[in-house]
Amino acid sequence: MFERSKILLVATLLTFAGLSHFAGGISPYYFDILIGIGINIILAVGLNLVNGYTGQFSLGHAGFMAVGAYASSWLTLKYGYSMGSGTLNTTTVFVLALLGGGLGAALAGLIVGVPSLRLKGDYLAIVTLGVNEISKGVLQKAEPLGAQRGLGGMEQHTNFFWTFAFAAITIYVVLNLVGSTYGRGFLAVRDDEIAAEAMGINTTKYKVLAFVLAAFFAGIAGGLYAHFKQFIHPEGFNFLRSVDIVVMVILGGMGNTAGVVVAATLLTILPEFLRAVSRYEWLPEWLRHVAENRMILYSLLLIVLMLTRPQGLFGNFTGKRNSKLQ
Amino acid sequence: MKRPLLLSTALALLATAALAQDEIKIGEFASLTGGSASFGQSSHKGTALAIEEINAAGGVLGKKLKLIAEDDQSQAGQPATIVRKLISQDKVVAVLGEVASSKSLEAAPICQQNKIPMISPASTNPKVTEVGDYVFRICFIDPFQGTVMAKFAQSKGWKKVAVLTDVKQDYSVGLAEFFVKGFTATGGEIVKDQKYSTGDKDFKAQLTSIKAAKPDAIFVPGYYGEVSLIGKQAKLLGIKVPLLGGDGWVGDSLLKVAGNSLDGSFFSCHFSADDKAEAVQNFVKKYKAKYNGETPDDMAALGYDSAVILAEAIKKAGTTDGEKLRDALAATKAHPGITGSITLDEKRNATKPAVILGIGGGGFQFVQTVAP
Repeated sequence: MFERSKILLVATLLTFAGLSHFAGGISPYYFDILIGIGINIILAVGLNLVNGYTGQFSLGHAGFMAVGAYASSWLTLKYGYSMGSGTLNTTTVFVLALLGGGLGAALAGLIVGVPSLRLKGDYLAIVTLGVNEISKGVLQKAEPLGAQRGLGGMEQHTNFFWTFAFAAITIYVVLNLVGSTYGRGFLAVRDDEIAAEAMGINTTKYKVLAFVLAAFFAGIAGGLYAHFKQFIHPEGFNFLRSVDIVVMVILGGMGNTAGVVVAATLLTILPEFLRAVSRYEWLPEWLRHVAENRMILYSLLLIVLMLTRPQGLFGNFTGKRNSKLQ
Repeated sequence: MKRPLLLSTALALLATAALAQDEIKIGEFASLTGGSASFGQSSHKGTALAIEEINAAGGVLGKKLKLIAEDDQSQAGQPATIVRKLISQDKVVAVLGEVASSKSLEAAPICQQNKIPMISPASTNPKVTEVGDYVFRICFIDPFQGTVMAKFAQSKGWKKVAVLTDVKQDYSVGLAEFFVKGFTATGGEIVKDQKYSTGDKDFKAQLTSIKAAKPDAIFVPGYYGEVSLIGKQAKLLGIKVPLLGGDGWVGDSLLKVAGNSLDGSFFSCHFSADDKAEAVQNFVKKYKAKYNGETPDDMAALGYDSAVILAEAIKKAGTTDGEKLRDALAATKAHPGITGSITLDEKRNATKPAVILGIGGGGFQFVQTVAP
């Protein structure tokens, strides 16, 4: 089982490397959306480990994304251009900076997670929300990182390959971890924390592990984001960004990785698709007007989806397998 | 069933492609929704009015202008996506936007890389135009207001001025620095230099020490939240000299909190609808007619000017080629805009007059314009 998934991962990575070759040919706008999809997949699949599989409610994922974005940008700005040019050099620096950003975010996750994961449900949500605001507040005051003016000047290193390679690795790690014997601990914590504790499972350890891993991937996503947009600002990692990611997880179906991937993709494309619809001149006037108010339409769609499919888009698909797991 | 639909789509696309020959596309990104929507809506309305007028007057180079405006929801990350769309999908020849400096800074590198000129109507952070030679702005940058207020203070015959700076805001520190430089260079004296931080509520200690120095005026280049409290407490302490400030004073709550305690004070601003100049009054009339009697604010005026300057540059360049358009924009001299005569300097920043507004009678009154 594990062998097969490893082969699958390597094959996927090779395919992405091949596809990346042709990515230069597509329009920069579609490319922007594609990269956005990849980054959102990493964020949502990572958060799903906490909110979905472990049953905790974290509402501050963008805070860890911010740590990763700023840490990796600081690394490439400080060391990136002193190591000489050449693709090999810049790529090495970039990937090391990404990992550095991920580790920084993981460390932040550990510092936040150890004390706060003793809380449950709503309380944890409020604490993580607070952490999100604090990290934003600190960045707004941090002079060496541009403070309120934002941080720019990074070169565009993020490409199709690295974005989707990290997305594939995130999915691989999360799926394998949850599927392993060890990973059953996460599900046990979600299903019944008291029972799990009675069975001798160290619930705090599992919760912290899920939290730290999710923070690590958020940090990577932040690094990819920073080196794609080439300008970051504390406001870009606010509470609303965190909510976006939570919505992807809930819409995809808590604890359903395939669903979350689809939801992240759909929710990234949808606002841009509605933007395009409002410009189609062959559509009737009133329909274009409706599409113009795309953010209202977007919210309405979310409400309808939640009313009709409270278990998430793919909630039922793997319901059988999940029940077997339980 | 599917075929005819496909065919009609193809035909529609062809039709739009044919139409596109007769128009010049201009992109705009603005915060039409979200936190800074009031700024974005205003600048967009001004821009749209300008485009409409230019088209009514026959367009540019024999073609109509087409404004493609996109909403960035006041969200970081969106401007980059939108500007990529405007450039690669819509093939715009230039980009107008944004009010917020952080949004302009995100879009500027993309315009620069694609050699598409970008004009920001109201981003005052000096770093915006430092991104590259395709990025312009038509508003003055922060420090300029300090210089303007120094000139104004001199024209009033004030010799001794105290300064009260918000040390947490680059904006405030920048204004104070240039005010002091301008004021002392021509014989003025700074009798007291006091500081406070954003969020402070009590300024009596600073104001008492300022009062003891007996200044002719006090320069307070902060934001309206603190300034309203400073005005109130200054009156309580019996300080009768006027307070001076910059466009950070503009905010609904300034007079609500300060009441009449700021009467007789002055601040600099981009534009005033009360300005009696003919161009301004014409603009106000046209704007009110188009938008149900709404009075244009400074963002609307700047949005209008940005579109007109772009159209003039296209005319002058005789082409929409990015490089030639950039050169034509860079050569903008003494353009008679709504917000004054605009000249773009070698750093692509605008040199232009500022408007001085006075406070009294429960509102803002136009006092004069001060040339740079």
